[in-house]
Amino acid sequence: MIELRNIEKRYGETVALKKVSLRIERGEIFAVIGNSGAGKTTLLRILSMLETDFLGEYLFNGKDARERAEEVRGRITMVFQNPVMFKGSVFDNVAYGLRVRNVDSDEIEKKVEEMLKLFRLERFRDKSARKLSGGEKQRVAMARAFVIDADVYALDEPTANLDPENARIIEKTIKKIKERGKTIVLATHNLFQAKRLADRAAYIESGQIIETGESKELFENPKHPRTQNFIYGFDFF
Amino acid sequence: MAWEYVVNGINGAIKLVVNGDPELVDIAIRSVKVSGIAAVLAAIIGVPVGVVVGLSRFKGRGLLKSIFNALLGIPTVVMGLILYLFLAPAGPLGFLGLLYTEMGISFGQMLLILPIVISFTVSSIESVEREIRDLALTLGANKIQIMFKIVEESLSGIVLSIIAAFNRAVAELGIALMVGGNIFVRGGGLNTRVLTTSIQMYVARGEIDYALALGTILMAIVFTITAISNYLQKKWVGYD
Repeated sequence: MIELRNIEKRYGETVALKKVSLRIERGEIFAVIGNSGAGKTTLLRILSMLETDFLGEYLFNGKDARERAEEVRGRITMVFQNPVMFKGSVFDNVAYGLRVRNVDSDEIEKKVEEMLKLFRLERFRDKSARKLSGGEKQRVAMARAFVIDADVYALDEPTANLDPENARIIEKTIKKIKERGKTIVLATHNLFQAKRLADRAAYIESGQIIETGESKELFENPKHPRTQNFIYGFDFF
Repeated sequence: MAWEYVVNGINGAIKLVVNGDPELVDIAIRSVKVSGIAAVLAAIIGVPVGVVVGLSRFKGRGLLKSIFNALLGIPTVVMGLILYLFLAPAGPLGFLGLLYTEMGISFGQMLLILPIVISFTVSSIESVEREIRDLALTLGANKIQIMFKIVEESLSGIVLSIIAAFNRAVAELGIALMVGGNIFVRGGGLNTRVLTTSIQMYVARGEIDYALALGTILMAIVFTITAISNYLQKKWVGYD
């Protein structure tokens, strides 16, 4: 579904990604693990076509993603680490992606209500989204993304700095979305979460993919010394 | 002795305000009208310019922004002097017949406050542009929808820029004095006396009660406009 070949991204003199090659299959949860500043967010921004100025090849469903960036953006939705809320109510925020697609209002009402229920946000429906707590905002951001019928959801540290209750709601919903056949790319430095959720994972360090594999295999039996250092350094088991 | 002078002035001012002295009312209305027109004209020109500069990336953009920022602090007397030279009958814009007219003051104040509207609008757009653009883009918005969303999210800053511009216009003296001439004839139709020029005049004459009453009205206008704009922003522009 998604194939990256030798992707390189620079910000001025800084190299954010170096020769990154990856395959992400339809319907899987793929975790990108690594420390802060390793290049996870840049990778997700490229997948979501928010960055189009990079070297290498990005194939989406076998076709060059850059040549049809707008279409790819319609198929991949990213959720940012720091949830940005539009002015307006929770309902307006969640409905935005449907409104820009000219979905009719009855359908919007139905889909948004469903998402609010899924993320336990019904009681905040008409409240100002900007006045919610960090965890509630993150849930709104997720609902806003998942209400769109995209093929891929790129989630950047979706539960970073959240309390266990909010994190649990989000993880549970990610699993439910996967069950609907959606592909999820999850960037996280939370190894426990990656292990709990992901089918496959890649370890990224200093903009380079060090190791990729089945989630269980990667976490329990990492091959590369740098992956071992990262995983065992956490005193994981 | 000094305090008695001030207290008498305040007492006199209260009486004038409470009694609704017709001359004061006339001057206050003219001030709001003249500066209101200036603010509306500045908004009509400045907001679109600010939005375009805020959203676009072009060569010389930084220089353009620096020029607008530098013009924020232009002394009103210098502006008044330049405008006087341009609008004088023998000046390049003398044919417009704007010298010593209400419209002349509005025109001058509009030029004075235009950089405020442009600079603040650009700043408002820039403060939200990156994150709103990325968010709207990833949610599937097209370029036009993104542009409208950025402007919508910057609206409170843009409204604030217009309020700040109006407040600067209504409180300035140099342009109103040099371009307007502080003309006042009871019952006349070509008066140009506004709050700031009359405060200056009454102080020069030693009529402190009038000066204080006008000063109070000026402050009240500024505070009221700001309070109304805050209320409207909360009510209409949207949630915080």
